[in-house]
Amino acid sequence: MQELINKSKELLASGSINRVLGWKAGDLSYNPEPAFFTSEEELADFIYDDFCAANLSKFMIEAAKKEGKTLVFLKPCDTYSFNQLLKEHRVDREKAYIVGVGCSGKLSTTKIKEQGVKGITKITTNGDTLEIATLYGDKSLNRSDVLLERCHVCKGKEHRIYDELIGESKETSDRDKFKEVEMLEKMSPEEKFAFFQQELSKCIRCNACRNVCPACSCRKCVFDSDKFDSAQKLNANSFEEKMFHIIRAFHVAGRCTDCGECSRVCPEGIPLHLFNRKFIKDIDELYGEFRAGEDAETVGPLTSFTFDDAEPQEAVERG
Amino acid sequence: MQRIGVFVCHCGSNIAATVDVEKVVEYAKLEPGVVHAEDYQYMCSEAGQMKIAEAVKDKNLTGIVVCSCSPRMHETTFRNAAKRAGINPYMVEIANIREHCSWIHKDIEEGTEKAVILARAAIAKVNLNAPLEPGESRVTKRALVIGGGIAGIQTALDIADAGYEVDIVEKTPSIGGRMSQLDKTFPTLDCSACILTPKMVEAAAHEKVNIYTYSEVDKVSGFVGDFTVDIKKKARSVDMDKCTGCGVCSEKCPMKKTPSEFNRGLENRSAIYTPFAQAIPNVPVIDRENCIMFKTGKCGVCSKVCQAGAIDYEQQDEIITENYGAIVVATGFDTIKLDDFDEYAYNQSKDVITSLELERVMNAAGPTKGHLERLSDGKAPKEIVFIQCVGSRDVTCRGKEYCSKICCMYTAKHAMLIRDKYPDVNVTVFYIDVRTPGKNFDEFYRRAVEEYQVNYIKGQVGKVMPQADGKLLVQGVDLLDNRQILKEADMVVLATAIEPEAGVRKIATMLTASIDTNDFLTEAHPKLRPVESPTAGVFLSGVCQGPKDIPETVAQAGAAAVKAIGLLAKDKLMTNPCTAKADELLCNGCSTCANVCPYGAITYEEKEINDHGIRENRRVAAVNTALCQGCGACTVTCPSGAMDLQGFSNRQILAEVDAICR
Repeated sequence: MQELINKSKELLASGSINRVLGWKAGDLSYNPEPAFFTSEEELADFIYDDFCAANLSKFMIEAAKKEGKTLVFLKPCDTYSFNQLLKEHRVDREKAYIVGVGCSGKLSTTKIKEQGVKGITKITTNGDTLEIATLYGDKSLNRSDVLLERCHVCKGKEHRIYDELIGESKETSDRDKFKEVEMLEKMSPEEKFAFFQQELSKCIRCNACRNVCPACSCRKCVFDSDKFDSAQKLNANSFEEKMFHIIRAFHVAGRCTDCGECSRVCPEGIPLHLFNRKFIKDIDELYGEFRAGEDAETVGPLTSFTFDDAEPQEAVERG
Repeated sequence: MQRIGVFVCHCGSNIAATVDVEKVVEYAKLEPGVVHAEDYQYMCSEAGQMKIAEAVKDKNLTGIVVCSCSPRMHETTFRNAAKRAGINPYMVEIANIREHCSWIHKDIEEGTEKAVILARAAIAKVNLNAPLEPGESRVTKRALVIGGGIAGIQTALDIADAGYEVDIVEKTPSIGGRMSQLDKTFPTLDCSACILTPKMVEAAAHEKVNIYTYSEVDKVSGFVGDFTVDIKKKARSVDMDKCTGCGVCSEKCPMKKTPSEFNRGLENRSAIYTPFAQAIPNVPVIDRENCIMFKTGKCGVCSKVCQAGAIDYEQQDEIITENYGAIVVATGFDTIKLDDFDEYAYNQSKDVITSLELERVMNAAGPTKGHLERLSDGKAPKEIVFIQCVGSRDVTCRGKEYCSKICCMYTAKHAMLIRDKYPDVNVTVFYIDVRTPGKNFDEFYRRAVEEYQVNYIKGQVGKVMPQADGKLLVQGVDLLDNRQILKEADMVVLATAIEPEAGVRKIATMLTASIDTNDFLTEAHPKLRPVESPTAGVFLSGVCQGPKDIPETVAQAGAAAVKAIGLLAKDKLMTNPCTAKADELLCNGCSTCANVCPYGAITYEEKEINDHGIRENRRVAAVNTALCQGCGACTVTCPSGAMDLQGFSNRQILAEVDAICR
């Protein structure tokens, strides 16, 4: 962490950057939040630890409108989102100084709490073990038991775009990313409907998933614009619960990098990544493997045409 | 609020028999914005159009809904009527209550209900219509013909004779196509080469015709009147300007093991070759895949023997970009593969051949120098069996459902020619039906039966079994006699089904021209626009549109030429005003729409946007309305809904859906 702060100070002092985009401590020690830093003093709040899961790419849209360069810290998986935004001309490469930071997987506070840990005062990482100080005494947990879902399907330790790298990364993938989707595919239509009905009925339309999503970067979202009949602020009925999420899934199809932020921030714990991953699996199978954000140039399969493309009939027959 | 007039057409009994038109009028009157509704027997008639004009005047209409036939039929009629009456033509909507309703319903109550719903949807749309003005686009006075067979040659000659430049793109090394492989032609039995070669020479010599052989269409962009096409000229490895066509290179080429495409693989050719003697241009190509020089880097015999120094191993593929006002597809056909027809033993015996192979065998320039002989042992056959409909009229997945149309006639031709030249040979033809509609066609077939005693048996062949002694045992059925037939033959000829040339799918895709389930190109209207593709500026010539013989192909080639000439004769075209438009306040500048635009009509510009007082320099989409064809791909791909199609806005379409679901 100190290395990141030093780099920030150095570049701020040299004048080659105007601000730093990183994380600062939140209300709780295990709840850091994204923040801009413009001076050495502000950097005193800078933090980078196992809970800095937030993907900072989307904030670079705002940074692109500001004067001068912004130093941004991106984890390997965050760089996919940055590339995708670059492809869509939403961020400005010239105005970004990208420091690729090391990552060995980020932790889920929800999962920690699910282990029955309450009243957390401090969490220290010690190799593969988490030492947790609570109001009710000390606890220890296996780090791998409380990794975020997305870290179990880690994209690898390679940064896809950067100006410089600081810190070591470790690939934490230990699951097949499409396993859950395959289970869903095996369900009957009725079972599938019941599953999603059940999950989406929890939605409180807080818009957290949309607001955090780097693919949901529209200047004016169709759900906020009175130009469209889809504008809505709340879920008036079960149809609207589903409509919001299904429209959102369609809008990010082919552009979603599977960064998992939607599921991470959902206060109701809805596995929203399943929608996106189903699309990714379908795209892979119909058009060949494609990973959004791998680079900033390739036109995605849903917005390009090749003679090898699947015929519409093939998609229909798959169901 | 619009003032809408609704006009319901009876179309004689076409609509009125299955739709209660008065009820449609009654219900239409209840819809918002409707101030006038009436029905009439033929709305498209002079009197019907007068009724529209009168209502516009009397009721001060601002919008019109005509409930009638498909807009493809009469939308232009009613738009023009509206224009004459003083209303913007794009304030007219058609509710198709004929093709979409009366023709598919039998029950008048159901038909009426649907007609009312369709009218309601059209009214809901007109309520949101806005006047639109068409622009103009230029016409490039040059045509492209894809395919250099008889269809392409004829079309090109006709266009060129009208004074326009034409380019022919032919993928093989010579023009001529399938017709150049044929020996004689029905029903007059004149030699194919004798009538084709002069046409080929004429095309090559015509000052307005430019021929690209050994070339393929690589990329097509643009639209009617102004297509931009990339033509890939494959490296010939022979300098066309230097080559004298002496043929020494082919003669001396040590690599002579490649099956000759022209002779359907019945003979081998050299690696450097001219497909046939009358080839145009008479310049060989090096088949790089089979050339020793290209495979091993050692040989160079052709280069050494060429007096003209024309051999160029370094030659590269070349891309030529050219603009065209019209494109004619004349890609022709091939026979189907017979791998799934094991019962005919085609892959087991050399003496089972296709009819196209027989053409080569009968031809003086063919593998047997025109002598009828068995390809296995060179012996003269005494007993020949022809099997018709091999893969044609076949409803199983291995064949084609359609009739290939030409087989009955060429089989009669083959039978007759054999009986004429070799009277001691017995000829038997197995058929399902003999179909001979065409001028002098049935007479021709009768001659085969009556004058030449060709033995026609109604029935199909179940199996052809090669015997140890080299004979072929043919097991068939005679349906008229109701008996099984077991016949020994020396040769079996299969009238193999024809199908569109393999590359047509790719070409159709590049042209956005539609094809049917059999890969034949679809015409704009099966009866009234048979040589036009539904894609404006694209015309169809020859078998690429459906099976046909030479006379029909030539007639259609001329028709396609006339349609192309009609387009090229215009100086300007009216453009469709239903083009896309970006809402700059919503546009993210993400380029997704530009990626999907098939016409390259979308560009991006940095400009200052004033969003309710907030000024910002942003990247936004700009549509070139001269290029935009209104396909709507951008509107559905835009994540923020900033792209909309004028005349078919998302709002209008959703209003229609709402009206239908109400």
